[in-house]
Amino acid sequence: MGHVPPLPLMVPEYSTHLSHAESCALEAFPREGTTNEPMDATLLIQKKTPMCFLGIVRLNEIGSDPKDCYLFSRTDRRKSAIMTKNCNNDYKLKFSLEEEYPDLSQHNNHMAKVLTKDIYNKLRSKQTPSGFTLDDCIQTGVDNPGHPFIMTVGCVAGDEESYEVFKELFDPVISDRHGGYKPTDKHHTDLNWENLKGGDDLDPNYVQSSRVRTGRSIKGFTLPTTNSRGERRAVEKLSIEALNSLDGEFKGKYYPLKDMTDKEQEQLIADHFLFDKPVSPLLLAAGMARDWPDARGIWHNDNKTFLVWVNEEDHLRVISMQKGGNMKEVFKRFCVGLQKIEDVFKKHNHGFMWNEHLGFILTCPSNLGTGLRGGVHVKLPKLSTHAKFEEILTRLRLQKRGTGGVDTASVGGVFDISNADRLGSSEVQQVQLVVDGVKLMIEMEKKLEKGESIDDMIPAQK
Amino acid sequence: MKFFQWDEWTANSSQWERFSCTIKQTLHHDLVLENRQTPQRVHTPTGKIGIFVSSQSSSSSSTPQPTKTAVMPFGNSHNQLKMKNTSEQEYPDLSKHNNHMAKVLTPALYENLRSKQTPSGFTLDDVIQTGVDNPGHPFIMTVGCVAGDEETYEVFKELLDPVIQDRHGGYKPTDKHKTDLNPANLKGGDDLDANYVLSSRVRTGRSIRGFCLPPHCSRGERRAVETLSVEALGALTGDLKGKYYALKNMTEAEQQQLIDDHFLFDKPVSPLLLASGMARDWPDARGIWHNDNKTFLVWVNEEDHLRVISMQKGGNMKEVFTRFCTGLTKIEELFKNKGHAFMWNEHLGYVLTCPSNLGTGLRAGVHVKLPNLSKYRQFEEILKRLRLQKRGTGGVDTAAVGGTFDISNADRLGFSEVELVQMVVDGVKLLIEMEKRLEKGQAIEDLMPAQK
Repeated sequence: MGHVPPLPLMVPEYSTHLSHAESCALEAFPREGTTNEPMDATLLIQKKTPMCFLGIVRLNEIGSDPKDCYLFSRTDRRKSAIMTKNCNNDYKLKFSLEEEYPDLSQHNNHMAKVLTKDIYNKLRSKQTPSGFTLDDCIQTGVDNPGHPFIMTVGCVAGDEESYEVFKELFDPVISDRHGGYKPTDKHHTDLNWENLKGGDDLDPNYVQSSRVRTGRSIKGFTLPTTNSRGERRAVEKLSIEALNSLDGEFKGKYYPLKDMTDKEQEQLIADHFLFDKPVSPLLLAAGMARDWPDARGIWHNDNKTFLVWVNEEDHLRVISMQKGGNMKEVFKRFCVGLQKIEDVFKKHNHGFMWNEHLGFILTCPSNLGTGLRGGVHVKLPKLSTHAKFEEILTRLRLQKRGTGGVDTASVGGVFDISNADRLGSSEVQQVQLVVDGVKLMIEMEKKLEKGESIDDMIPAQK
Repeated sequence: MKFFQWDEWTANSSQWERFSCTIKQTLHHDLVLENRQTPQRVHTPTGKIGIFVSSQSSSSSSTPQPTKTAVMPFGNSHNQLKMKNTSEQEYPDLSKHNNHMAKVLTPALYENLRSKQTPSGFTLDDVIQTGVDNPGHPFIMTVGCVAGDEETYEVFKELLDPVIQDRHGGYKPTDKHKTDLNPANLKGGDDLDANYVLSSRVRTGRSIRGFCLPPHCSRGERRAVETLSVEALGALTGDLKGKYYALKNMTEAEQQQLIDDHFLFDKPVSPLLLASGMARDWPDARGIWHNDNKTFLVWVNEEDHLRVISMQKGGNMKEVFTRFCTGLTKIEELFKNKGHAFMWNEHLGYVLTCPSNLGTGLRAGVHVKLPNLSKYRQFEEILKRLRLQKRGTGGVDTAAVGGTFDISNADRLGFSEVELVQMVVDGVKLLIEMEKRLEKGQAIEDLMPAQK
C-alpha cells in the first residue's frame, strides 16, 4: 500500500467520542487516512462507540514518519479505515457562517427558537459517524416555517449519535418541548402493565375505543431520515422475522406495501390500518419518503388488535387497540407484545435504541422517552363546551385531538384524549394519567348532563 | 503536448480544480501510489497534457514529502456506510418504473458507480433519487436523474451517457455540440401571421461554473449565485434595464403584479423536482428579474441557477430571438468579468441540472391557433417530421384549450440555437399554411413535409 498523503489539519468531527486525553493525542498528530486496503499498523488508542470502533494507529510500513498517526475505525471484523470526512460538508465549510446560516426570520418552530449563529457555527463542521450533519438535522425546520395548529419541532435525528453530536441544538429543543427536561435528567422506563391501577372499566357509553402507540428504533441502523435502501430492507427483514415468531393472540401476518393486492389494500383501509406515502411537508422535507414504498409494510395480528408499521416515520410503530374502554387490556397487550418483539431483536444483537437520559430514541425529538401516546375516543359534548375544558386538560396533563388525528378537529363532540407528555415520566405513569383523567372527565360530563355544576371537581395541576 | 510535474500541477489550483475526481484519483493512484515512472497523458478541455512525478519524490526514501494539496482521498462517510451493504441489498426496485434512468440502470452499472462521488460529494444515489421516488409520469417519459454539479456528467458517465443517448435521439458520447447564438443567422421569423400566432417566447437555462446545482447546492452557494446574478443583471442597460424581485422580500403589490404578468414562479410542487432536493430552503435566494418593458425575464435559483426568457405578444420570433441572444451574451460577459463563466463544454454544450436540457437548454415556441389542423389525423406525424412538440398553453403538464397550442422545438442537444429556432419558425409557418387550407376545406397532402 502506498503512502497516504497527509490531509489538512482537522480534528475528526466525532472527537466527542474520545476522551480529553485522546483528543489531545489526536490533535498532536492530526492526520486522517482513508483507504480500503487492510493496514499493517500499531494500535495506539482505542475506543468503542455505538456505531464503530475508533482507533489511532501508526503505520508500520518502513519509511513512514512516526509522527504520522491515522484515525481509523473498524465497523466490522476487518480492519479498514473509514472515511472520517464528509466531503459535501467540507465543501460547505468553505463558505462563511454568515453565508450558510439559514434565514429563520419567518419561522416559528422549536429549532428556530434555539438555533443561534453561535450554535450553528459550532456545530456545522461536525457529523455523526454515518455522515449526518447539522444541515441534515435542521432541513425540515428550515423548509417548514410553521404549522397552523401545533408548534413543530423543526429538527430530526439521522441516527442514534445525532442526539450526542448535536447536543447543543437538541438539548435546548428537548428542554423546550418536554417541559424543562434537563440534560442531566434521567428517564424512567416502566413497561410492566401490572403497575397500572384500574383502567379496565372506563364507561363504554362514553369511551368508544382505546389505543396505545409507540415507536422503536433498531440499534445499528440509521433512522428513516437518512437510511439507505439496504438498511431499510434489513430493518424490514429483521422485523418480519421478529413478528412472525409471535404466537397466541399475537399471531399475525405481514403485508408489504409494494406487493399488496387490491383486495388486501381495501381491507386494510376499511380497518383503518393502512398508512400511505407521507404528504406532510414536514416529513417529506426530512427525507422520510425516499424510495417509497420499498421495504415499507404493515403487520397485524389475526384479531386486529395489535398492529406494527415498518419503516414509516420510525423503524417500527407499535399500536395496540380495541373498541370500548378497557385500557388495561390494551396496555397489557401493548407491553407483552413489545417485550416479545424486543427479545427477538436482541437475539440478533440489534436491540432497541435506548439510553438512561433520553429513554427510547426516535426520529423526532418530540417522541423521545416513552414515544407513547395512549388515548381514547370519548364523547364529551357538554364538557368540551365548558369554559374550563382546556384548563382541565392542562391540569390533567392531557391533550385533545379530533378523531381524524393530529391535524383534525373533533366531530360530534367526540374527542381523542391522550397523554401530553412523552419524556420524564414512564409508560405506566402516562397511561395512568389517561385512565384517571378520562374517568374524571366522564364523571364531569355526567354531572353536566344533569345540569349540575362541576366546580368542585376541577383537579389540581398534576 | 505540454508536460507538468505532479507537484507543480496539483499546486496550480485553478487547473487542478477543473478536473474530474476520477481523473485525479487515477493519476494519484498511478503516479504517486504506484510510483509509475512514465508520464500519464490526460485529455483536458484545452488539449492533451502529460503529468509526471520527478524521480526525487517518487523514490521511497525515509521522509516522504507531503503533497501540497489534499484532493484525495476525500471521503463521504454516508456513502461509505452504505458500502457495507452489498450492491444487491442497495439496488433500487425499478420493476414498476418507466423513466430513462430505470431503462438504463443495471445492477452491474450500479455496482460500478456506487462507490464514486464528485468532488463536492454527489453520489450515484443522489443522481437517481428522483427517478426512484417517481416511477413515471402520465404524459411524458421523464429522465429520472439529475446532476448535482458539473462533474456529475463525467463521474457518472456510464449512467448518463446512455440516458443522454436515449433522450436526445442517439447522441453519442463522442459527438460534438455546436453553439450558435448569432441572431443574424436566423432567416425570416419576423412575419408569422399574427392572426394565428398569439405570442412568441424563447427560454433557456444557464449554470454558473464553480457552484453546485440546485439539487445539491448549499444556502451559501445559492446566495452567492443570487448575489452574482443581481450584480450582473443590474449592469444591463437600454431596453434590457430592469429590476430584481427577491421572493422572500416581495410586497403584496409586487407579487400580484408578477402573477398578472405571468412572471411569478412558485415553490415547486412537482414531486419530480421535490424528490431531487431543489426546493430546499425555499424561498431563500430565489427571485425574479425582468426588464422595464417586461420582454426579458430571468429566474434565479429555480430549477437551474438561471432561467432566461425572452417573450412578447404576436409573431415576431426574430425580434424575440435577437433580444434573447443579445441579453444572454451581455449577461455571460458580465459573469465572466466577475470570474464566473457559464458551465459549458464542447460535448454537452451548456450544462444544466436535468439531462433533458443539455446542449442549448432552449425551448422556443409560440402560442398558435390551430383548431382545424389539430384535429387532422396526421397532426402528430407532421409535428414529428418538423421536429416540433405540442403542449397546452398552461405548460408541460396541461392540455390545449380552444384549439390553441404551444408549439416548440423538440430537440435540445445536437443542434444549435439558431437551427432550433429556425425549425420553429419554418415549421409554424407551414402549420399556419396548412390551417388556412383546411379552413377553406382544401387538402394539405401536398404540403406534408419530409422528416427533418
